[in-house]
Amino acid sequence: MIESALVELVTNYPGSVSIYVQDDPSFPKAIESKVDDTSLEFSYKNNIEIVPTLICSIESKETDRTIGWDKSEWRKLTNLPSLGKDLDDFKPGCGSKTQEPGIEEQLAARFDAGLLSSRSIQLADLEDEIESCYERGWSDGLPVVPPSTVRVIRMLRGTDRSPSEIIGNIPPDNVPCSIEKVAINAVLAGCKAEYFPVVLASVEAALQDKFCMHGLLCTTYFSGPVMIVNGPVIKQIGLNSGINALGQGTRANATIGRALQLLIRNVGGGKPGGIDRAVMGSPGKYTFCFAEDESDENWNTLAQDRGFNRGDSVISLFAGEGLQPIVDQKSREPDSLAKNMAASLRAVVNTKLYGAADAVLVVCPEHRRVFRNAGWKKEDLKTALYDNLMSSGSDIITGAKGIAEGMPKKFENKIISKFRDDGLHITSTGSKAGMFSAIISGWVASGEKGSQLVSKRF
Amino acid sequence: MSSTIMLDPTAELAPAERQILPRLDSLKDTTVGLLDISKPRGKEFLDEVEEYLLTLGAKVKRYRKPTFARVAPKELNQQISVECDAVIEGLAD
Repeated sequence: MIESALVELVTNYPGSVSIYVQDDPSFPKAIESKVDDTSLEFSYKNNIEIVPTLICSIESKETDRTIGWDKSEWRKLTNLPSLGKDLDDFKPGCGSKTQEPGIEEQLAARFDAGLLSSRSIQLADLEDEIESCYERGWSDGLPVVPPSTVRVIRMLRGTDRSPSEIIGNIPPDNVPCSIEKVAINAVLAGCKAEYFPVVLASVEAALQDKFCMHGLLCTTYFSGPVMIVNGPVIKQIGLNSGINALGQGTRANATIGRALQLLIRNVGGGKPGGIDRAVMGSPGKYTFCFAEDESDENWNTLAQDRGFNRGDSVISLFAGEGLQPIVDQKSREPDSLAKNMAASLRAVVNTKLYGAADAVLVVCPEHRRVFRNAGWKKEDLKTALYDNLMSSGSDIITGAKGIAEGMPKKFENKIISKFRDDGLHITSTGSKAGMFSAIISGWVASGEKGSQLVSKRF
Repeated sequence: MSSTIMLDPTAELAPAERQILPRLDSLKDTTVGLLDISKPRGKEFLDEVEEYLLTLGAKVKRYRKPTFARVAPKELNQQISVECDAVIEGLAD
């Protein structure tokens, strides 16, 4: 439509007008000298969003631009008062090809040389991408997504933070780690860009001194980071807080937990058999991330327990492992159910070791309903649990009940609590049917001597 | 070269090239496999190598590929990796 105006422009300013064409290099036919921008390099570097765009520049420095066809604007910018006199006054133009889905990251990979700084590795012709990642030691044992430049740039679009920003030192090697390295490992793990803020928050939580990520990685014990997510982000990115929330099948749950593990492996250098000295480990060390069921507004979420609001998106990290089920299909009174839960909680780590490990009690919705129907709030449950988790030292000291393992003799005449203050956390998740709650047992080095639950808002 | 480029997810403390396995400090009390790839005179050559290795205190186990034309069967690779600390392959004529 604007071809005649372009001809007028070139005629009036011979040698001073460059016409860049994104799709058909023969357009406009009436003009000899055009610049073929089918590679989109010029368009990308000049942030063209709409075609046509008219840019005025003096000595290669842009002074003004107008987008689409707005006759009066074009006349003003070109100083040609009769430009396009036969054309409509206004046409909005079309979207630039640089704005098509999936193109932007490819253009950034080709034309934004300074964007990324990680070493690039070019594969040989016959190398299989996924096998190559295995051979280089980047995998936890499961296939990883090959971290191509385009995929990494796409991941980085999930945050406003600069790729070069250092998020912290990753244990065990304490290596400074950039946002870009986190993005590469999030790609390996299979994350979508929209999960990336959660991954970044999980890294920042893991790096809090209270969490003791270094020790958790090195320990001979079973534990690894367990992630519990609260807030609006759950629905925004599709984290599972319902059926099989702690199991397989949800991409966000599976890959967010995995990303932190891979980061610690690849950037931190924490590998099994190397610094990771776990006797057996546990399946949760591949990934262990789930969301809380926040559907009951009168039942405080874990994030609220940690001082945040319901509107906050928060990730909490707990050093834990495995699941110990609590079956209770008969209790209809809160006292009975709390006593049953307490009885199971005594088995955390060892029935005769108290104060050693923290725990997370995961209350299923049907059990939560038993408490709620009786008017209990979470604080009432916690109080009842602590009340039911006291033991006389004589029952649990070393040698008691014919078992050498147990608490030191000095506790013989004392009454001891199974969990330290702030050592028993309660969250809620799972499907609406089934009276099965669970315990996530903590690292045997819980508390100030080791790891404490940490939370990070994002 | 392939057009596939990947970005290094590690701290880049090690070179990008794949690394050879750690070398043995000494041959004493180690088991060294000698793999004959089935080319002519391989046996005689490896007999000499075996004699020399024995003087260095190594134990020696002998293996043979069914044919030099193909890579060693997986079972043979696994057997050597289980039974030996190192392997020397009698390559070429």
